[in-house]
Amino acid sequence: MTAVFSDRIDIALRVNGEEVEARVPAGRHLVDFLRLDLGLTGAHASCEHGVCGACTVKVDGQAIRGCLMLAAQADGADVWTVEGLSDTGDLSDLQAAFVARNALQCGFCTPGMLVAAQELLAQPGIPSRHAIREHLSGNYCRCTGYEAIVDAIESTAQARADRGVA
Amino acid sequence: MTMRFGNPDRPNSYIGKTVPRPNAGRLVQGRGRYVDDIVLPRMVHVVFVRSPYAHAKIKGIDASEALAVKGVLRVFTGADIATVCTPWVGVLAHLKGLKSPPEYAIAVDRAAWVGEPVAAVVASTRLAAEEAAALVDVDYDPLPEVTDMMTALDDATPVLHPDMGDNLAFERTHVEGDIDAAFASAHKVIEAHFKTGRHTGVTLEPRSILVDWNPGEGHMTAWHATQAPHMVQVVLAEHLGMPESRVRVICGDVGGSYGIKVHIYPDEVATAAIAKIMARPVKFIADRLESFTTDIHARDHEIWGRIAVAEDGEILAFDIDDWTAIGAYSVYPRTSAIEGNQVVNLCGGPYDFKNYRAKTTVVFQNKTPTSQYRAVGHPIAVTVTEGLVDMAAAALDMDPVAIRHRNLFADDAYPATSPAKMRFEGLSHHASLTKLVDLMDYDALRADQAAAKARGVVRGIGIASFIELTNPSPMMYGIGGARISAQDGCTVRMDPDGSIVAASSVTEQGQGTEAMLSQIVAEGVGVLPTQVRIVTGDTQSTPYGGGTWASRGAGIGGEAALQAAKALRNAILEVAGAMLQCPPDTLDIRDGAVVNMSDGADRMPLSELGRIVYFRGDTLPKGLPRELVQTRHYTPADYPFAFTNGVQASYVEVDTDTGHVKLLKHWCVEDCGRVINPQLVDEQIRGGIVQGLGAALFEELHYDAEGQLLNGSMADYLVPMAGEMPDMIIAHVETPTLESELGAKGAGEAGTAGAAAAVMNAINDALRPFGGEVTAMPFTPERVLRGLGKLQD
Repeated sequence: MTAVFSDRIDIALRVNGEEVEARVPAGRHLVDFLRLDLGLTGAHASCEHGVCGACTVKVDGQAIRGCLMLAAQADGADVWTVEGLSDTGDLSDLQAAFVARNALQCGFCTPGMLVAAQELLAQPGIPSRHAIREHLSGNYCRCTGYEAIVDAIESTAQARADRGVA
Repeated sequence: MTMRFGNPDRPNSYIGKTVPRPNAGRLVQGRGRYVDDIVLPRMVHVVFVRSPYAHAKIKGIDASEALAVKGVLRVFTGADIATVCTPWVGVLAHLKGLKSPPEYAIAVDRAAWVGEPVAAVVASTRLAAEEAAALVDVDYDPLPEVTDMMTALDDATPVLHPDMGDNLAFERTHVEGDIDAAFASAHKVIEAHFKTGRHTGVTLEPRSILVDWNPGEGHMTAWHATQAPHMVQVVLAEHLGMPESRVRVICGDVGGSYGIKVHIYPDEVATAAIAKIMARPVKFIADRLESFTTDIHARDHEIWGRIAVAEDGEILAFDIDDWTAIGAYSVYPRTSAIEGNQVVNLCGGPYDFKNYRAKTTVVFQNKTPTSQYRAVGHPIAVTVTEGLVDMAAAALDMDPVAIRHRNLFADDAYPATSPAKMRFEGLSHHASLTKLVDLMDYDALRADQAAAKARGVVRGIGIASFIELTNPSPMMYGIGGARISAQDGCTVRMDPDGSIVAASSVTEQGQGTEAMLSQIVAEGVGVLPTQVRIVTGDTQSTPYGGGTWASRGAGIGGEAALQAAKALRNAILEVAGAMLQCPPDTLDIRDGAVVNMSDGADRMPLSELGRIVYFRGDTLPKGLPRELVQTRHYTPADYPFAFTNGVQASYVEVDTDTGHVKLLKHWCVEDCGRVINPQLVDEQIRGGIVQGLGAALFEELHYDAEGQLLNGSMADYLVPMAGEMPDMIIAHVETPTLESELGAKGAGEAGTAGAAAAVMNAINDALRPFGGEVTAMPFTPERVLRGLGKLQD
């Protein structure tokens, strides 16, 4: 390992709305920082090279791969994980739709899937099924075959539009 | 009381309805607890040094540099682990002739595939262990490797395990009827060569285990992502020298399994051995490369098949020659011969024909071991069978639906026995095919296909009928000497507040096991599903049983739960009768209250009965039984397996210039007997279909001639993603098994069994006007172009 990855770096950021200060190895990935240092185990490490989307979290408003970003790069950032988004209720309608439609089986992809879907739902209009599938094309689910996930996101978008939320 | 499942207005009618999963709520909040989420005091991490050679002698291991890395505590070799852990042999007595050499948790003097563990590094952090693992200096002497399946038995090929004599692990031939006469007299004989791609499960959660050994108690606890906790308990106890009662296996949330997590893996047993040596918690989480190189592989088959048909389309005979290469060892304890054996058992399965010959040849090679993955053997058998049937139909100028109706077992033919000697209690091939044809509007789809053709768009329709083996009895593993339970149990208890706790030996990996059990228990006792709390996945607190594999959870675990729940209902009503001074059979339990059987009038909430039993038992008649805990077990006995059936259809568009296949739509009608939770069953079918679609279009592990895996990452090994997958229409025919009161058969593998064959037939339907054909999966653009004759180099 390159020695510089072992260097310790001071970071200060907001995670789920709370101020966090930490001293991390330069090579520490954001998902490992969240899971190992903060105990936020909702985001999962799986492929560890940015393909599967299980580690997807929200950084400064964008859905990003926790395995492709270093904790040091999150210095000063506003980070949200599924735990925080559950506490605020931001995801509650989408989560309820996932449960009602059984859009999850083992649940390992689900936190990343929800964060990715929330990013799409934040855009104006009701996305087509094709657009939903394209938006999720970086989030791997081996259990469901995706159709139930697409259904849950579609019904949430429709419900939000009916309520005038989106 | 007999359950009246046919009456949807019956009280407590939860069986047959979509009821939410009790565990889904926490999973969507990121509150799951998978093995890697668990952190224990004094926990250390193990990382394995793995062979970079497909076959090599291990001459020596120098760990001095690794041990100098800060945080590293120990480095273990195969010999170190062998002092506390005995090797195993992956054979079963009923698979006659199956052989495999002893396999060690860590290779002792020879590595036999790329990825086999050769040393283990333990450190206080995973980072330190990974860094040190790269510094372990292993002195290898490369040996000649065996990598080609079809030449594995040639005299010129080296013998992989000299003690075994040759590279043949297992072979079996089954003959029924007069095969030669059938082929000689046939109107048409069609012959084809099929290949299914070696692929793997790609569970999103990698294999994971955390083991603690408490020498003070002489007790081991393993938190393990597994499908079969009791089987793992047995194996750890036997090979690490402990009584079974001193090993507890806990299986919490599991991030996908699909058969991948039902096997014994050398690195996982080594982790337990290291925990025993170091007397502290040791965690092993596979990384993605390790998942590709060490999770079991499957489906590496080449098959030569022939079908003989009469002029009217009657199938006269199937002749199947199946070859499979299983890697360097037969996997313990379920073996690596089951898949080939299943091909022999299942080819031609839906059809009523007389003459059958099938042979499987199972060989060793220097690759990752193969074993049971979702729908074991079925996709291979269905591909060969349905491919040949469609080719025969084309040769006879018959419609694919017509040739199937001509030959499928009649719906009133049961009980029936297939030429492969599989016994069918009750199937519904024709009803299912008729329903499928209606569902897809077959004639309209043919018209759409023709209209597309007129526009220059090439589309095809493919159909695949199949049978699926579910609810296995002890005839699957127990008969072969394996301590793998075919029985499952459920303990159902009423607590003082009237709530119900049910502990079951079947496990949950996302299928909805706990929802299914909660519905059955709720209906059996007479409470709301939300009043039932389900406990699974702990050898210490559930009854003994098999776990979840071979589509057995609902059919076997569900029946045990139903009988336990009914027994608890009777026990409650006996107490209620004494309290209310009336015969128990005049009372019922509905929505959590004791009521009159006759008019449903409320008599007493269960919480009141609970209060009296637990806190004022003195007020009940002395000697009145008040056992508000009941346990029942169930194991299938009348039939070795409860076969199910189904049929799938695929509609595809093929770009004949690029070879690209687009999946337009997919249908499946299947018959899993009593449907307990329609939504969960449909989603099992959909998820299973998509794994089959991956096999059809994307998934294949590539090796070079030296046995190096070439695509061990998710960037290189393609899996189905949302963008490429179609919407799927699912429907059911229900033929409950008469063997159990519940009547449920399995549904978890039906989707995977038939999906790839349906896609193959659809592609070939599209290519046939061009004289093209594909039979080697996955059907990549390159293979489609070759099938069209457009690529020939």
